[in-house]
Amino acid sequence: MPLSAYLTLAAVLFAVGFFGVVTRRNTVGILLGIELMLNAVNINLVAFARYNADIVGMLFTSFTIPITVAEVALGLAIVILMFRMKRTAVADHLDILKG
Amino acid sequence: MTDPALPALIALLLPAGAFVILAVVAPLRRSGRPAAYLSVLFAAGALAAALASLRVASASGGFSSWLWAWIPTEAGPLTSVGVLADGDSALMLVLVALVSFLVQVYSLGYLSDEPAPSLGRYYTYQSLFAFSMMGLVLAPNFVQLFINWELVGLCSYLLIGYWYPRPEAARAAVKAFWITKAGDVGFLIGIVLLWRQAGTFDFLELLSLTESGLMPLAGLGVITFCIYLGASGKSAQFPFHIWLPDAMEGPTPVSALIHAATMVTAGVYLLTRTVWLFRLTPDVMQIIAWNGAFTALLAAVLACVQTDIKRVLAYSTVSQLGYMMAAIGAGFASAGFLHLLTHGIFKALLFLGAGAVIHAVGTNDIFQMGGLGRKMPQTTIVFVVGTLSLAGIPFFGGFFSKEEILGATLAGGFPGPFAMLLVGAFLTAFYMFRVVFITFAGAPAGAHGHEHHPHDAPFSMALPLWILAVLSLGAGILFAFWHPKAEFETLGWLTPTAVLVALAGIALAYLVYQRRVISAESLARAFTPIRVAALRRFWLDDLFAFVYRGLMLTLSRLVGWIDRYLVDGVLNVLSAWTLMAGDRLRHLQSGRAQDYVYGIALGVLLLMLWTRWPR
Repeated sequence: MPLSAYLTLAAVLFAVGFFGVVTRRNTVGILLGIELMLNAVNINLVAFARYNADIVGMLFTSFTIPITVAEVALGLAIVILMFRMKRTAVADHLDILKG
Repeated sequence: MTDPALPALIALLLPAGAFVILAVVAPLRRSGRPAAYLSVLFAAGALAAALASLRVASASGGFSSWLWAWIPTEAGPLTSVGVLADGDSALMLVLVALVSFLVQVYSLGYLSDEPAPSLGRYYTYQSLFAFSMMGLVLAPNFVQLFINWELVGLCSYLLIGYWYPRPEAARAAVKAFWITKAGDVGFLIGIVLLWRQAGTFDFLELLSLTESGLMPLAGLGVITFCIYLGASGKSAQFPFHIWLPDAMEGPTPVSALIHAATMVTAGVYLLTRTVWLFRLTPDVMQIIAWNGAFTALLAAVLACVQTDIKRVLAYSTVSQLGYMMAAIGAGFASAGFLHLLTHGIFKALLFLGAGAVIHAVGTNDIFQMGGLGRKMPQTTIVFVVGTLSLAGIPFFGGFFSKEEILGATLAGGFPGPFAMLLVGAFLTAFYMFRVVFITFAGAPAGAHGHEHHPHDAPFSMALPLWILAVLSLGAGILFAFWHPKAEFETLGWLTPTAVLVALAGIALAYLVYQRRVISAESLARAFTPIRVAALRRFWLDDLFAFVYRGLMLTLSRLVGWIDRYLVDGVLNVLSAWTLMAGDRLRHLQSGRAQDYVYGIALGVLLLMLWTRWPR
């Protein structure tokens, strides 16, 4: 398959993730959207690594995947703590930084 | 010892030591009399050291200095501190040390009723004054001179306001301080300009510059005039003379020391010390001579209408300072300096004698005294000795020096000032004998209900009086047989004229106030316009008050308005706008995470557009 197919898949995936981040009211949904966007980037990295025959892109991706996992764990922990304190997980209600 | 600077330095440091001890050791200061004895002891030591310095200086001649470099810069030290002794400054040092010592002894009796803490305070100030004045006399350059100049001004302020709970005393202290400061601003400007012109503050370096003709003359007149402004503020020359009569609110010994013998003569001393500089600017010398003679005459007229014994003496001091200035302006500084020395002795004597009278009678008003001659014979004798010295009667202290000044103005080519000074001499004899006849002769005016009878002063007050009286008389007799070499030819008719004028003044006072052949009222009526003007002090105080209230306060209000509404206004508007803009922009921060995501996305989009835009 040509490179453009992978890039198109990654772009679609990124756009879907971005849409999720922007439109979801629930914080868990927003986190899912962020995961999609990250993985779209991973696909880009792997695709270019194969295309250029450069192993560095693969290595980089194998680092980002565990980091993504750790980030999800941290994000969910924050959401749970926030829910305990505020009794809500809706992003619109979490506006203590409002000016 | 062959170096006069070393004993002079000791004389300078002894009162400084007394001041430091009294200032630091508070229990000693508050104990009163022990503090006084300490101060007197140190003053006596200073007098001994000053005499030693004079003995060496008069034998060796020339300048001798003991200096420490001060204010280091890359091009060497900017100036120095220390002492610079020569014949004149050693003489002046002895005068300061002597009068300072005698006044401190006298104050033991005069202020014996004061509470202990304030007596200690008085002697602390006295020691500080003695140190400051000696530092001024021995200053080797303009910087040290100016520092000590301000220190004696501070002491004058503190001692005039010694009885500060009295509002008149506090007011007089502030007035003296402000008016002398007005002159001192000119002095400071003059010093800085002189430094720019000559590159040094040092007297000896300036002297050698002047003598070798290397001193740039352009703009020197402004400099010497500025320095003269400082001198005329300190030495109470017209129009700055108005502070001195008010300064009489201080204790009488203070008036004797600061406002008659030493501090007010600092201006004359400064001009004597730097007369070679003034000789380069004849225009300024003209101003000094004319203004000095005018001050002498004006103050003599003012003294004739005063009823307060200390104010008569104060105006007399202003008048005599005018004489000294006139002699310096005429180009013969040595005559002015000689009169400074003799005047220092007999005017201190007169003030201390007046203090003894005030102490005994309890009032300053001469018309409430009367007939004190029989009750206070000793005080009467010494006061009359002082008066004869001031009037310029032969064989008394002021005779020779006053005649010298009259001769100097004539020899310098100033017939106008000479005539003014001659009239002033007549008035001097008149107003002083007016005081003598009213106070000591005549009928007792004992109707003011003072409980104890007036009597001669206690020993501690009488001793300084007698010492000063003997010195006044001694100086007169000494000069009668051994003249200091005059710088000019004295005309033959001058001596008889001066004596005749003085005798005429005495005779008029005798006829008016003793024999009452001419009534004082008819005399007053004959001179009504002058008398009215003199009673209002020639409206000079009013003029100063008007200038202050009218111009200064209007200007201040204007400046205040500009500051409040224009300068502050611009800033206030700017800050209000900043606050308002912040308040509006605050709503951009919604606090919702997704809005920030929109913001980031928008930013990325714009960046991409900007980088990819075809150029």
